[in-house]
Amino acid sequence: MGINKMRLVVIGNGMAGIRTIEELLKMSTDEFDITVFGSEPQPNYNRILLSPVLSGEMPFKDTILNDWAWYEDNHITLHTGKTVVKIDRKRCTVETDDGLVVPYDRLLIATGSNPIMLPVPGIDLPGVMGYRSIADVGKMLSKPGKGTRAVVIGGGLLGLEAANGLSLRGMDVSVVHLCDWPMERQLDKVGGGLLQKELEKRGLKFYMTRQTEAILGETEVTGLRFKDGEEIPADLVIMSAGIRPNIALAQLAGIHCERGIVVSDTMQTFDPKIYSVGECVQHRGQTYGLVAPLFEQAKVAANHLARYGAMRYEGSSVSTKLKVTGIDLFSAGEFTAGDEDEELLLHDSARGVYKKLVLRDNKLRGAVMYGDTVDGPWYFQMMRDATDVSEMREHLLFGQVHIGDSGLGGVSSVANMPDTAEICGCNGVCKGAIVSAIVDKKLFTLDEVRAHTKASASCGSCTGLVEAVLANTLGGDYSARPSKKAICACTESSHQDVPQAIRDLGLKNIPDLMQAMQWKTPDGCHACRPALNYYLLAAWPGEYVDDSRSRFINERVHANIQKDGTYSVIPRIWGGMTSPAELRSIAEIAERYEVPTVHITGGQRIGLYGITKENLPKMWGELVDAGFVSGHAYGKSLRTVKTCVGSEWCRFGTQDSTGLGIQVEKMTWGSWTPHKFKIAVSGCPRNCAEATIKDFGVVCVESGYEIHVGGNGGVKVRVTDFLCKVETEAEVLEYCGAFMQMYREEAHYLDRTAPWIERVGLAHIKQHVVDDAVTRAALYERFLESQRYSQDDPWKERAEGKDAHEYATLATIE
Amino acid sequence: MNWIQVGVLDDIPRQGSRVIKTASGEIALFRSVDDKVFALNNRCPHKGGPLAQGIVHGTRVTCPFHNWVIDLESGSAVAPDTGCAHRHEVRIAHDVVFIEVEAGECQA
Repeated sequence: MGINKMRLVVIGNGMAGIRTIEELLKMSTDEFDITVFGSEPQPNYNRILLSPVLSGEMPFKDTILNDWAWYEDNHITLHTGKTVVKIDRKRCTVETDDGLVVPYDRLLIATGSNPIMLPVPGIDLPGVMGYRSIADVGKMLSKPGKGTRAVVIGGGLLGLEAANGLSLRGMDVSVVHLCDWPMERQLDKVGGGLLQKELEKRGLKFYMTRQTEAILGETEVTGLRFKDGEEIPADLVIMSAGIRPNIALAQLAGIHCERGIVVSDTMQTFDPKIYSVGECVQHRGQTYGLVAPLFEQAKVAANHLARYGAMRYEGSSVSTKLKVTGIDLFSAGEFTAGDEDEELLLHDSARGVYKKLVLRDNKLRGAVMYGDTVDGPWYFQMMRDATDVSEMREHLLFGQVHIGDSGLGGVSSVANMPDTAEICGCNGVCKGAIVSAIVDKKLFTLDEVRAHTKASASCGSCTGLVEAVLANTLGGDYSARPSKKAICACTESSHQDVPQAIRDLGLKNIPDLMQAMQWKTPDGCHACRPALNYYLLAAWPGEYVDDSRSRFINERVHANIQKDGTYSVIPRIWGGMTSPAELRSIAEIAERYEVPTVHITGGQRIGLYGITKENLPKMWGELVDAGFVSGHAYGKSLRTVKTCVGSEWCRFGTQDSTGLGIQVEKMTWGSWTPHKFKIAVSGCPRNCAEATIKDFGVVCVESGYEIHVGGNGGVKVRVTDFLCKVETEAEVLEYCGAFMQMYREEAHYLDRTAPWIERVGLAHIKQHVVDDAVTRAALYERFLESQRYSQDDPWKERAEGKDAHEYATLATIE
Repeated sequence: MNWIQVGVLDDIPRQGSRVIKTASGEIALFRSVDDKVFALNNRCPHKGGPLAQGIVHGTRVTCPFHNWVIDLESGSAVAPDTGCAHRHEVRIAHDVVFIEVEAGECQA
């Protein structure tokens, strides 16, 4: 088959080029003959870990991403130590410095960037170098640590990392910088000042607002002279005044370049056979120097090389994190407020904490954080989601307060956390385990860390912390969650895309949906199928036939699976109101089935635990005969409506909270939602039903009913946001139905109301449910319409024989 | 060879599974979307979850307990997880399903 293969030549054996090949191999292992040219003698290594190598915190071998065997195993021809000097676009060949000519059908230019060497006298002296490759690191380390005077020109991200590394090697290090403060592209003056102070404490010297006029020395470098005439001694000069896309080869071949090689959204240059990715490209006027955007580009380029043609690169927003051990610093977006912008500031000099958020039109535009960066990824996510933050303004600076409350007691600085600190409480994963997985297994993304360590893979509440550890370990270059994330590996489609396509294309079942959206697997996986089933169910009430094979076990068999494989049975008790007769029936049934555990649940229900699957339908039959229906305690659905006794008995009660709760439950039970949905009605502001930690909570007051939304208990307690106040029970029902319907239509599958509200902003919900009576009425109407088809009791149906195969053993073999 | 008849193909829902009880524990029979049938011990190598209750996709099943993904053809956990569930031979003749129960532990 070799003869029909496309020949792909890759110029550049660095992170962007090789990542593109890896993405390509994931899609089509067989279509290409791949040849890679690298001018460095090493296989692909992790350039962003040069700083820990320089400082001695990591051996070079740990930075190798693809060893020699990888190239061999994937039948990739690798030429290291060879530089491509010519591209012949007519003949479709490339030529190396030693005369090798190789033809291509597709060419990928990934030549990266070069350090900018200032045009000053003495720049060619031995001892003057850039900081870009492992060879540069080798040259720096050839000098003795003690006694060597190193000067770093440029106080940007990379310069400071180099300076810190050299200082840890024992050198006497000075940083020369043009601006008033270091890292001015990522930090404002205050943040930069804090950073400078910290680095000075560690022994670095700073020469600020100094311009280098000449590098001094006869046979090798001896010092530096500034414009103002001052001279300082130096044995080693590191140029770190920025990088410049390496476009010389492309220019020579007549490919259109500006600052970088100009590419389209498909990562193609002006020559359609030639693609380009990485630091050498210019896309929509932007060049990028961090790894996250490069990886996004690689994915798109591979998609087009493999002729899927389904993706576009639309640019990246980037965040930065300094990779200097013990310094917590985070920066993203626009951090200097313009005329239309507002600034939120927090500065605690005693704790060394500084945070600045820049807002425009109630949306986050940028963040600078120093000393406490745990919330960095959270802010960054909201920036990219363009979340309306007007309702959380007061608390915004203090962060996503309950982030990772798995016994961490509010530790805010990941850098200072010991390795033994438990990050993921569900799976018992410590910081040290995550860090070593990132380093040993060469992980870059949150998903990879989840797959390898299980950290944040269960309840997800420590996601922010895991991202912070990732950012801290990899520095500014970690690959953050893109704002539009594919549902799972089966597809490129996101949770936004699918419901949209269902509506726009009128898709009515899972196979059609998968085909229309080009699913990569024949029948999806455990992550996407339940999501698709939900979206279809929500879109076509009464019409879509629920696919039980795409339901998680609990929803498929209408009972909650327990750790020993038995199930729990929790009948619905409307509004938590019961009677001696009901209790007697439950007690008798429990005795008859020898139920080992009877427990009162948090939602005012009675749970029967330890029921075998075979017994479920029979037991349900008896419960149904006694007047019960399913409690849906197992589903992404309306769970319970919890109430207090209200004005009927309580001397503080203002309204009939119990009666209202029962009405609400009768209206909402049986509805499927993106995640579980809990309601409570409290009879007065003492709030005994805990309505303010429910998805929808009603607090009765003398003059009516306060409606609160978006709360939850559980791992990450969140108090509700106040939605509005209404006067009648009928209004409570309408607002409840409208809110639930909006949640059902808009939230991503498996988002509870809290993250949904945090993403879209409370203002958006108020606009539809409160301010606009027409929209509210329409939402309510759609909710009631959908409920017409969802209030058949699933227990009754199964007691009568539906899905009998789910509950019976197929055969018994002696 | 000791082939035991356990049912017919349509006893097992497509993309689903059924359980067979044996003296040495449960065996899960899976049927993929393209009607291939597989048999594995009904115990996830991770924490013993009942694989038969998982979602079947392609030739894989996801354990309902902690989302480990098990390859039905080999019984092995999909990387980066490791471990496996013991598999048994299955044969289908005229839509009748036979399995050969082999005692023993998993051989990945």
